[in-house]
Amino acid sequence: MDIVLQQLVNGLTLGSVYGLIAIGYTMVYGIIGMINFAHGDVYMVSSYLTAIAIALFSFFGLESFPIIIFGTLIFTIIVTGAYGWVIERVAYRPLRNSSRLSVLISAIGMSLILQNYVQISQGARQQGIPTMLTGAIRFDIGDGFVQITYMKLFILFAAFLGMGVLTYIIQKTKLGRMCRATQQDRKMASILGINTDRVISSVFVIGAAMAALAGVLVTLDYGAFDFYVGFIIGIKAFTAAVLGGIGSLPGAMLGGVILGLSEALFAGLISSDYKDVFSFSLLVIILIFRPSGLLGKPEVEKV
Amino acid sequence: MSNTVVRKTLISLAIAGAAFSAQADVVIGVAGPHTGAYAAFGEQLWRGAEKAAMDINAKGGINGEMIKLVKADDACEPKQAVSIANRLVDSDEAVAVVGHFCSSSSIPASTIYEEAGVLMVTPASTNPTLTERGLPNVFRVCGRDDQQGDVAASYIVDDLGAKRVAILHDKDTYGKGLADAMKATMNSYGVDEVLYEGLTRGEKDFNAVVTKIRSVDADVVYFGGLHSEAGPLVRQMREQGLTATFISGDGIVSDEFVSVAGSPEYVDGVLMTFGADPTSYAAGKVVVDEFRESGVEPEGYVMYSYTAMQVVAAALDATELDPIAASDWLHENSIETVMGTKKFDEKGDLTISDYVMYEWDDKGKYTMLNN
Repeated sequence: MDIVLQQLVNGLTLGSVYGLIAIGYTMVYGIIGMINFAHGDVYMVSSYLTAIAIALFSFFGLESFPIIIFGTLIFTIIVTGAYGWVIERVAYRPLRNSSRLSVLISAIGMSLILQNYVQISQGARQQGIPTMLTGAIRFDIGDGFVQITYMKLFILFAAFLGMGVLTYIIQKTKLGRMCRATQQDRKMASILGINTDRVISSVFVIGAAMAALAGVLVTLDYGAFDFYVGFIIGIKAFTAAVLGGIGSLPGAMLGGVILGLSEALFAGLISSDYKDVFSFSLLVIILIFRPSGLLGKPEVEKV
Repeated sequence: MSNTVVRKTLISLAIAGAAFSAQADVVIGVAGPHTGAYAAFGEQLWRGAEKAAMDINAKGGINGEMIKLVKADDACEPKQAVSIANRLVDSDEAVAVVGHFCSSSSIPASTIYEEAGVLMVTPASTNPTLTERGLPNVFRVCGRDDQQGDVAASYIVDDLGAKRVAILHDKDTYGKGLADAMKATMNSYGVDEVLYEGLTRGEKDFNAVVTKIRSVDADVVYFGGLHSEAGPLVRQMREQGLTATFISGDGIVSDEFVSVAGSPEYVDGVLMTFGADPTSYAAGKVVVDEFRESGVEPEGYVMYSYTAMQVVAAALDATELDPIAASDWLHENSIETVMGTKKFDEKGDLTISDYVMYEWDDKGKYTMLNN
């Protein structure tokens, strides 16, 4: 019993991180129909920015954890958002009216550029940051116990807060309305006076900011990263986006949580050797019965 | 002019050409993960090999020719190891290679060196398969995982008296090989593992498998793999309140193990098997001191790499730079190195293995345990 509960906690924290990154994939796909393969590497950049921010803060003698983490979040989200904006500007906007394949190749190129740029500028070695927040809550259940570190609680809190804020922006604000209009019909939205280029830019910034939030949380929790860390987590988040229905915002979050839970439960109860096999089999099965994902809308051919 | 004359001229030209190219430097490759998550080990190999080459050159080189090192980066990827091995053989025209690091890179690369008649001495690849395939050109100056597994297993069973042992590995040639070797010996002592699982290299979240270790109530966790996974793994074990002893092999011998684990407190009490302190040999004292004077701590595989270079140089020197003859020579003769006298058996393994148990402390350093 305690073991299953602990695995649920493990899966939920991992899944909420997948969900945050999946948002970047799903929003970009929803609005311009491309898969941004550089997104995992944007996440990777944010890990380095986290370490840089923490080093800066401790250099200026700031010790208190809330100030450091708050400052790190703001710094990392702003700078990573700027990365998202620049990437769209440099690699995708010039190809806006080309075939999908060209944009895809441009995205793969961007991914390689980011990896190599970080490798050259920051070194190829594995990096680590010291533990910032220690301690845990322990619940005794029967003979066993469930232990949740404060860091894990913070991840859950911050991830769901981030998703809530984003949902609010998309549903209630003017920017959100413009995003939804552009997603439904880009040409029509632009005829009605929406600056769609700016909307697309802001979608990239939002996606990068969510990846940055995930990057800060994961880096603080696991403490270890290198220039290649975006690859595996990017693939997982992309899977989560497809699972939930690519293009759908709640779908990305749901997909992330389902993927995280299925990995943790399968690894914990059956075998960790085959957990990825299980996750991807789950994806295949869901796509057989719901080709556009759990919450995705079927694509309608416009005539 | 008859045909024979033409042929003779051509042959003499060819010989002259060979003699001419022999006037150039002796090219030796240093192959390992110079980039990527395991770059710390590539750096260790390079430091050792570089210093050895400088010292040998200062004493007049091999057969009067200077050693020229070529850095070959395999990033610990089998595919890249093969292409880098081809590059060393074809375009760099290396006569010998010090490397690779990861067994999963060394094994495919060794086949290419064998076909090209290039001598290969690895300072670090411990998987038994490497020397079990009868390749005459392959040597290692480190031990084998079956020997390492024996030491770990007898320590777990005899010294720790553990009854509930969980075994994890990273599904790679080295990691799984080491875990399996330890498992085999431990089972032969009558102790069965309570858990045997693989985890994925490159991931950082092992919470699910840690919870599983907790559910089987293990008192020892043995991990076959490298520090990039061992660090987060041991950290997540401690964070989940798991106090089981963590034991691993020579894949975590790097300061990075501590930084990746997040803090020295997490590595406190971690045990590992590694060759007897490579800096403790009387023959290597001068070199160790010189390393320390230049601000480089000869940790991990630095001295092994130095030794590998000495072995290569001694063999090539004795056989006038013929790598094939050098391989035969190494099977017959023993070599004086900074890590004592090394002698190889017919497979290319060392005749004496010297694995011992080390313990990490709360300052992030490791010391040999006195058994």
